Amino acid sequence: MGRQPVVEVRMRVNGVMESLDLEPRVSLLDALRERLGLTGTKKGCNQGACGACTVLVDGERINSCLALAVQYDGREITTIEGLGDGERAHPLQSAFVRNDGFQCGYCTSGQICSAIGMLAEHGAGAPSAATEHLSADTIELSDAEIRERMSGNLCRCGAYNGIVGAIREVAAAVPGEIGRDVMEAAR
Amino acid sequence: MTQAPVHSRPLPTTAERSVGKPIDRVDGRAKTTGAARYSAEYPYPDIAHAALVHAAVSRGRITGIDDAAASAVPGVLAVITHLNAPAMKPPPPVSLMNLSTLASGTTVNYLNTDEVHWDGQPVAVVVAETLEAAQQAASLVGVTYDELPAAFDFAAEEKNAKPQKSDLVQSGGARKGDAEAALAAAPVSVDLRYTTPPHNHNALEPHATTAAWDGDRLTVHEGTQNISWMRDNLALKFGVPAGNVRVISPYVGGAFGGKTMIWAGTILTVLAARVTGRPVRLMLTREGVYRTVGGRTPSTQRVALGAERDGRLTALIHTSVTRLGRVGGGPEQVTSQSRHLYDAENILVQQNLVKLDLLSNTVMRAPGESIGTFALETAVDELAYELGLDPIELRMRNEPERNPIDGKRFAHRMLREAYARGAERFGWADRTPEPGSMRDGRWLVGMGVASAYHPSWQFAANVTVRLSADGTVVVRCGFHEMGMGGATAQAQIAADALGVPFEAVRVEYGDSTLPTGPGAGGSGQTASVAASLLSACDKLKRSVLALARRSRESPLRGQRLSGVEARDGGLYRADRSGSGSGSGSGSGSGETYTAILTRAGRNSVEAKVGSDTRVGAIAGQVRFMSKLMLDRRRWVKAASGAQFCEVRVDPDTGEVRVSRWVGVFDVGTVINAKTTAGQLRGGIVMGIGMALSEETLVDPRNGRIMNPSLAEYHVPVHADVPPIDVSCLDEPDPTMPLGLIGVGEVSITGAAAAIANAVHHATGRRVRDLPITLDRLL
Repeated sequence: MGRQPVVEVRMRVNGVMESLDLEPRVSLLDALRERLGLTGTKKGCNQGACGACTVLVDGERINSCLALAVQYDGREITTIEGLGDGERAHPLQSAFVRNDGFQCGYCTSGQICSAIGMLAEHGAGAPSAATEHLSADTIELSDAEIRERMSGNLCRCGAYNGIVGAIREVAAAVPGEIGRDVMEAAR
Repeated sequence: MTQAPVHSRPLPTTAERSVGKPIDRVDGRAKTTGAARYSAEYPYPDIAHAALVHAAVSRGRITGIDDAAASAVPGVLAVITHLNAPAMKPPPPVSLMNLSTLASGTTVNYLNTDEVHWDGQPVAVVVAETLEAAQQAASLVGVTYDELPAAFDFAAEEKNAKPQKSDLVQSGGARKGDAEAALAAAPVSVDLRYTTPPHNHNALEPHATTAAWDGDRLTVHEGTQNISWMRDNLALKFGVPAGNVRVISPYVGGAFGGKTMIWAGTILTVLAARVTGRPVRLMLTREGVYRTVGGRTPSTQRVALGAERDGRLTALIHTSVTRLGRVGGGPEQVTSQSRHLYDAENILVQQNLVKLDLLSNTVMRAPGESIGTFALETAVDELAYELGLDPIELRMRNEPERNPIDGKRFAHRMLREAYARGAERFGWADRTPEPGSMRDGRWLVGMGVASAYHPSWQFAANVTVRLSADGTVVVRCGFHEMGMGGATAQAQIAADALGVPFEAVRVEYGDSTLPTGPGAGGSGQTASVAASLLSACDKLKRSVLALARRSRESPLRGQRLSGVEARDGGLYRADRSGSGSGSGSGSGSGETYTAILTRAGRNSVEAKVGSDTRVGAIAGQVRFMSKLMLDRRRWVKAASGAQFCEVRVDPDTGEVRVSRWVGVFDVGTVINAKTTAGQLRGGIVMGIGMALSEETLVDPRNGRIMNPSLAEYHVPVHADVPPIDVSCLDEPDPTMPLGLIGVGEVSITGAAAAIANAVHHATGRRVRDLPITLDRLL
């Protein structure tokens, strides 16, 4: 059994350039957690079914457990640790606390990153299975839209009402803004 | 309503009460920024990674292990099997005087035996420098077996079930009168069979262990519901004193019962660390959780109800069959609620058990009542239709004054009030009773109700409270935080008890070096800690008052504790409330803690309840058991509630959507309105899953779980969950500390029945076998 080859992977993670020597089989999730110590991103199933590992790549949400780190050479990764501005929390982070959008906290990083990506998708006009009129100029971000678009992120504690409440509150306060900062930072 | 005498503590009278307020969780920032560290997230230099190899037969003996290919993987440190593993102590026999003996998930001494007892039992653990190497090598371990005959098909084996024997804690059956005769004589009756499938907890955090040995001292990071059980059990297993084992568990990524016992992954990580001399981490794969951590037993239940034409129950029969593993597990109290909910003249309840060659079953949210209420509360709805009575009216006509099975008093009973409030909030009066009579466009609309019921528990808890001269307070207790908001609730309780702001209190929990806390189970943690915390705060105030009374200058001199109230960061004479508030010196009606401690030259004052010495632990256990027995003799304690739901059913596809929910609960005093509502909603969400989608499939050909993943075991997602309106009656239970009753489990009970009843109302179809999937409605 031969030693696995090692590949140099360079990624900007939360604004910091990182260079890693990785076996090609290492997932982005394991690279973040085990190599970079960014354990805020969670492993819930390691097969793309729960969304706990959601991170933003160039502003788009992905399941980092289904991604090989080598595929993301040269890309911009934002994890839960990269949100907010120093001591100041991201509006969604505060809204999750106010709305009690979690209990155990294990799905929370994924929910928040996913919500940012989701709001950016919505802001860019992407429809969902809950969208009634695909040709409409603007899609109202109803609770049904939020629920449909967030259904890839499981919460076994059942804090769904609070999560939807937090997202609704932030989306209403700064329509179209959430997610844009991440996308702009990524460019 | 029959009530026990009021003897609980009066609530504080200060305007600035914390209890009851919807205060944000104290760990909110840590959990929303990724700063909260779960058990697989503790950095150790030199950490090695482990992976398990699972048996591929249900019963047999291992005849050979080929680890050559696995050992050849670069970076592999060890392939540990029964051929080379050091000896460990077998799981101890169960003793009620040492409850940690209950903690072994199974009786198997992993890797110390060539016997296989279920498909999925770990037969090897591989340790490597990297996670990837460990997992690759684990996939290369070859194992051969001599297979032995095995029984694992519940449907085929349930006829071999034996009656459950009663013990000090659990009752296998009970009777009043002759229920079978009364049933035969009843003018109106139903006699029905219900089934529920196995379930798995599926906490989002898979079980994970980080273990490090330093000589014969062991540190374990593990998300557990019982730190002290884990410490004591591992100490026994590895032959070291309990004081040498430290279990650190500040954040538990969901549990629901699945992290109560000690399962193979924990033991084998500790073993791997000992064998390799390295710190070792093992996070079970999602499949590994299904293969090595027990779930909820399936059940078959008979509910038979006999009634007069006016709806008065003359007979109530509820019997059940559930399974145990041949290597462990416990009975579910499936008939528990049927002894307490209805005032039937004749009652017969009996639980039966069958042992199979499967992984042990284990506790899962409201073990017993969650599936027991499905059968009972669906049957009551069925009887209501037989009688032509409204299902709420039928329940009210049978609402008991005293506990039906034995005539004991209820500590607290407010089901009537719960139904009244729920019916109003839900708009029950708008429901037309005829099945299929309500529509919204093409959707069939159905409305259903069911009762929720869960007994209330209280365990021993050791607590210390320290008050510092700067007015801050530290509460220390090794309890558990799986998302209930325990630290927030206890800080609120301490703040009120000592009359300090919520922000002045810090709560330390989740570590075996702290005073031993209660396990997180039976919805009993908050009440258990609160009882000791309140006593500790009383002791503390007594000590502070004694310090104050030593001084001639103190306005508190000559005062007794009963004449003093804690408020505004100090102690004040109750007879002079309103004057001198906040005064720091010797004049007025009292003085601040800072003033008292500073004058006495003290940095802090501490009080404790309970002891962690060997004698203290035994005394605590005796106190707990005797209080339990005394309580049980005197009254019946429980949380209860009324569940209302509306479903929409697609008449062509059978798709069921839950569109509305109202739950009204009697959980005594509400400590934190925000976290209480969250927990109650969470139970209902899990109940929605139980009703409509959750099912662990055991292959009847080989006993292997066929859907060990979140892609194939369907828990509710965002789109499945409507806005859930929960409210609490918020009346204190006079027999509980602060009047609080636990809220962790009651809201899953009754939920599946409410949905099944609503589906019947929408479609006219009775589904008596969970889950209610599309095929059952076509």
